[in-house]
Amino acid sequence: MLKELVARCKLGYGTIPFPAKEPILPDRYRGCPVVDAARCPGQCRVCAEVCPTSAVKVSADGLHLDLGRCLFCGECETACPVNAIRFSREYRMAARRRQDLVLPGTGTGTARALDARMKRLLGRALRLRQVSAGGCNACEADTNVLTTVVFDLGRFGIQFVASPRHADGILVTGPVTENMKPALIKTYEAVPAPKIVIAVGACAIAGGPYAGHKEVHDGVEGILPVDLYIPGCPPHPIVILDGLLRLLGRIGK
Amino acid sequence: MGPKRLRAYNSCPVGLRDIPLVSTAEFRETVVRSVADGARLAALFGRPHGPNTLRLLAVLARSSEGALFIVETEVSDCYPSLTVDCPQAHWFEREMAEQWGVRPLGHPWLKPIRFHHSYRPGYDAWARSATEAIQPSVTDFFQVAGEEVHDVAVGPVHAGIIEPGHFRFQCHGENVYHLEISLGYQHRGVERAMLGGPTSRSAHYMETLAGDTSVGHMTAYCQAIEALQGCIVPARAYALRAVALEIERLANHTGDLGALAGDVGYLPTAAHCGRLRGDFLNLTALLCGNRFGRGLVRPGGVVFDLDADQAKLLLERIGRIYNNVTTAVDLLWKTPSVVGRFEKTGRVLRQTCEDLGLVGPAARACGLERDVRYEFPSGIYALRHIPIAIGETGDVFARAYVRWLEIQRSVAFIQEQLEMLPGGPIRAATGELPPERLVVSLAEGWRGEICHVAVTDVGGRFAHYKVVDPSFHNWMGLAMALRDQQISDFPLCNKSFNLSYCGHDL
Repeated sequence: MLKELVARCKLGYGTIPFPAKEPILPDRYRGCPVVDAARCPGQCRVCAEVCPTSAVKVSADGLHLDLGRCLFCGECETACPVNAIRFSREYRMAARRRQDLVLPGTGTGTARALDARMKRLLGRALRLRQVSAGGCNACEADTNVLTTVVFDLGRFGIQFVASPRHADGILVTGPVTENMKPALIKTYEAVPAPKIVIAVGACAIAGGPYAGHKEVHDGVEGILPVDLYIPGCPPHPIVILDGLLRLLGRIGK
Repeated sequence: MGPKRLRAYNSCPVGLRDIPLVSTAEFRETVVRSVADGARLAALFGRPHGPNTLRLLAVLARSSEGALFIVETEVSDCYPSLTVDCPQAHWFEREMAEQWGVRPLGHPWLKPIRFHHSYRPGYDAWARSATEAIQPSVTDFFQVAGEEVHDVAVGPVHAGIIEPGHFRFQCHGENVYHLEISLGYQHRGVERAMLGGPTSRSAHYMETLAGDTSVGHMTAYCQAIEALQGCIVPARAYALRAVALEIERLANHTGDLGALAGDVGYLPTAAHCGRLRGDFLNLTALLCGNRFGRGLVRPGGVVFDLDADQAKLLLERIGRIYNNVTTAVDLLWKTPSVVGRFEKTGRVLRQTCEDLGLVGPAARACGLERDVRYEFPSGIYALRHIPIAIGETGDVFARAYVRWLEIQRSVAFIQEQLEMLPGGPIRAATGELPPERLVVSLAEGWRGEICHVAVTDVGGRFAHYKVVDPSFHNWMGLAMALRDQQISDFPLCNKSFNLSYCGHDL
């Protein structure tokens, strides 16, 4: 036991002070894009052409970027000659409604808390069952990392559980492959009501890089009712944690 | 007069017309003989050639010469199975049967591996109609009969945050006779989507083949593209790519050692390594802004440079993290109850490993010198070898210890690279792909050999793109490791391989 204590002293305390203090993100972190539609002359469409997932659209009503489809690759920013799209370092991106993910808009990053009844039920102890439905395992990895000492999800009363029967909701990653759809629905049905659904990552929101493939369903939309969308490819763990805490009303505006 | 086969090398393109097209009997003979003679089946796949003809192409990797041998044959709807005489082909033949509706006659256990419809209209290896639904894992499984023998079925949804797969254990009490693994839940049609490319999505497909191996797969893809074009990649880009690839290895190996500790209930190392894995991911984010290396590696080189200050910062941080990993991992080897659980658990015999053609740390843990960085080096690895990490016992302990050796060697390699980064640009211009060429690109991902085979058509677009993730070879190794083990040791054995579901399912 002595060697474990010595090691613990050497390695020190590892939990970050989020949300009391702002998180430390990498210098090159690509967070929420800032869409400055006024700068866009609307003729060149080069941003839409380089976008791998049609997240960027230039139409009669101007320039729009759908965070739900965005892979955060930054190609549009590089391509745009007038700086109409710039990736900021903003990590607050979770939204409660699908349309709130479309920029420029007002809904992104300020996901409202659950209604009073649900908040009373889940606000202090949220149990989630994670379902991996055809992604690449990166969203799963950075969801899983929330359970490490760095983020220490347990201190917020949030826990991932082994059975849908023990859960208050499911957290879905992946575009929902044809082969995973039945298991996803069965898992959801096994969760006792009232229940919530959280879609994490571009795949679960809109199919990600696989949007339009006949092997996948372009995300959870239309299969299950989604209560919280967390964009990214994959979202940084802080983006996921921020979304979860907003949903529970632990972080206000 | 040796067998007809075309000699090629890692990331050196060949003309499609230069690949010898031989009779099916001769093809079979060439593959079986070459493998018996020490070559390994790196890839075996079908590609359509006209409406009713299928070409089977084998890539044989011969480590002693650092060379690859390619040979092709033509079949219609069946051919005599290779698996009977060359077990390494077993999973490849199942894949080809499923994709192209071609039956390997005499295959001992012909089942789908991903559960999707055939890509060749009118052909199906199991005579299913094109309209009937195919359900994952609805198929035959091994049956063991007898007093008190029982089946344990697990998945596709597992207890933790983990990808979906279905496992069937044939047990006698706690004892496992056999484990059968049924995958395909993550199948999202990536290989098919690559056809006609490269497109704006190609790079994203490659970076998400297996999300924890973004740099590895992307490196293999870029090597293929660059080789086809004859693009000269700047030395600095090669060095930065290798640094990113080794950081990817460090993150995953560290995470695995922590998870192995967790699986035997030793929480100190589990907690520390879970955190330290994230520290390594943050180093990748320091390079390119994304913890998984998305957007870093692109055809022609890398997208992000490191200035002197950043290189210094990276060196400092890697040294610090490595000291911490050493502290955390040393606890494992000094704790008898941990070592006692690791030793002799999930043993894979060296012969089994050779028969199945396992790769990566799983193969090295059995004593095989199998490492692309050493056998078929490309990029910076051609100039600077990393000593190969070898185990002996083929058990959980060896798979864990090989990872620890690799962590040490990767850190030394990264430090060396960062201290002497070549100057110059980080990316060269890339252009169109040439017509009717084939290239085999190999890279050593953290799970083992990544093999990509790109074939271009007359217009210089992808006529075929084959991906062989290391997991494709290794899943059967996990099944063998479970034989005669306690079912309660499954999590430990599983984690000691830590294979990719999505990398297999594509």
